[in-house]
Amino acid sequence: MMSVGLEHYLVLSAVLFCIGLYGALVKRNTVVILMCIEIMLNAVNIALVAFARYLVPEPPDPVVYSGQIFVIFVMVVAAAEAAVGLALIVSIYRSRRTVDATEIDLMKG
Amino acid sequence: MNYHLLIPEMCLAGTAIAVILLDLVIARKGILQMASIAALIAAIVVSAALWGKADPDIFNGLLRADQFAIFFKVLFSGAAILVLLTTKDYVSKIARFQGEYYALILLSVVGMMLMAASRDLITIYVSLELTSISLYALVGFLKDPKSSEAGLKYLLLGAVASAILLYGMALIFGITGETRLAEIAAAVPAGRIWDNPLLLLGVMFMIGGFGFKIATVPFQMWVPDVYEGAPTTVTAYLSVASKAAGFAVILRVFLEAFGGDILPDWAMIFAVLGAISMTVGNVIAISQTNVKRMLGYSSIAQAGYLMVGLAAATRVDGANDPVLFGPTGLVFFLGCYALANLGAFIAIIAITNKTKSDAIDDFAGMGSRAPVISLALTLCLISLTGVPPTAGFLAKLYLFNAAVHHDLVWMVIVGVINSAISAYYYLRVVKMTWFGTPASAEGVPSSLALRLALAVACAGVLALFFYPSPLLDVARDAAQSVAGAVLP
Repeated sequence: MMSVGLEHYLVLSAVLFCIGLYGALVKRNTVVILMCIEIMLNAVNIALVAFARYLVPEPPDPVVYSGQIFVIFVMVVAAAEAAVGLALIVSIYRSRRTVDATEIDLMKG
Repeated sequence: MNYHLLIPEMCLAGTAIAVILLDLVIARKGILQMASIAALIAAIVVSAALWGKADPDIFNGLLRADQFAIFFKVLFSGAAILVLLTTKDYVSKIARFQGEYYALILLSVVGMMLMAASRDLITIYVSLELTSISLYALVGFLKDPKSSEAGLKYLLLGAVASAILLYGMALIFGITGETRLAEIAAAVPAGRIWDNPLLLLGVMFMIGGFGFKIATVPFQMWVPDVYEGAPTTVTAYLSVASKAAGFAVILRVFLEAFGGDILPDWAMIFAVLGAISMTVGNVIAISQTNVKRMLGYSSIAQAGYLMVGLAAATRVDGANDPVLFGPTGLVFFLGCYALANLGAFIAIIAITNKTKSDAIDDFAGMGSRAPVISLALTLCLISLTGVPPTAGFLAKLYLFNAAVHHDLVWMVIVGVINSAISAYYYLRVVKMTWFGTPASAEGVPSSLALRLALAVACAGVLALFFYPSPLLDVARDAAQSVAGAVLP
């Protein structure tokens, strides 16, 4: 029976991050792009928690929780970012009746 | 605890909340503007009073109010004051939401101040996002199709950039097991960066995330659209304060955390990115017909010049005077660039408010319609080009001098060629202003506050040419306080 180690989490995190980045770059629906960004942030969260879990200092050193704390901050900030992003999308939808990134192209050059 | 070191931030955050609440009950919105400016002035005064205090650490070293942080706090607050002074002339477009506008500006200043003071990856990330989210909302503030589009583009690309930055931070955390810059520095594995792929990846991702903030190639694609679509006052603020905040955090992170064996490696990465940035920004700026887009590409080029300071971020071997040429030059350049760029944007706000058009062709004949504003615009554009008698000339001279001291002569050659290219498009605006045929003989009205802001910017641009030593001394102290202890 193989146990799950740090590498497994890191590979999962890297794969998720790449999926998110790929989606953010090629998807046309801006709401889906926002979702892909959330996937990227959650990939980072997995990496942070895995590092924090497996890099526990030896007993004489005090335990540090900075990895886990970092994750909580990332979650909060991601929520704030999504709120502003959705507000901007609504504002565009009201005037243009579209959320398609390829049609939101007033400025070029 | 040293809570008094946080007075500037607390004062601005408190005022921001008060402004939002007062906006609900106060009919005369001018009071909100006055309150915001007063809070910013108070922040400058308090910051300046904290200059050079013995024990600058706050919250057990999470933040540090050293000379470096204080320089940037004053720079951000000063830029915000100049922008708020010009808002009166722009206010008709945002009349309904003035309170939010002032509050968002103040909150972004708080975020930038914390960015410059942070010494922990978590604090850096949170303050960077405080800045960014305020700016996303400000860019989309007009709610017309162009402004919303600019805001959304800025947010989507900015969020991708911050996710990349975070991944870099996670990797650095994984390698070192620390989030504090000083402890990361102690735990970074010895040897060159190329020997350690994970470290290389982490550092590259962090350069990518911060590179978005300073608008350098290849993370510059948002700049022209956002600069064009955003309210012009916000564009001015973005081009100066946001870029300065990015450079502040880069200097702090890379000098404090990565100041060991790997310093020459990331300095080289910045040198290459800087040279490409200058060239790309300047060459594309030539073909622009919209003045805001042109200044957007110009700001990419300026980021390239500024990165010369990062490329030369080491102490010169064998020199008696322990001057950090690169960081000092960078900080000095940022001061000069802030004044010149804000001045140019303020003049443009005054003119475009009258003509209702951002096209360079519509600046024709402004020299006869608004001689004083045109003269100020000319002066600021000359400073951005880097020609005497302006601050921009000395700033470039100092930065290129630093590069020569660090055997980066090739960068100086690229920089000088680029300055020549940039003269073409800056001076095209000047030529249009003075020698074009005016569309009408009407003057260009401007408020007293706008003229005051323009006068301050232009006086600074001139004064720093004839009397640069005070700012140079300040820049040297600032660079010393962030890098003096960690560089060999």
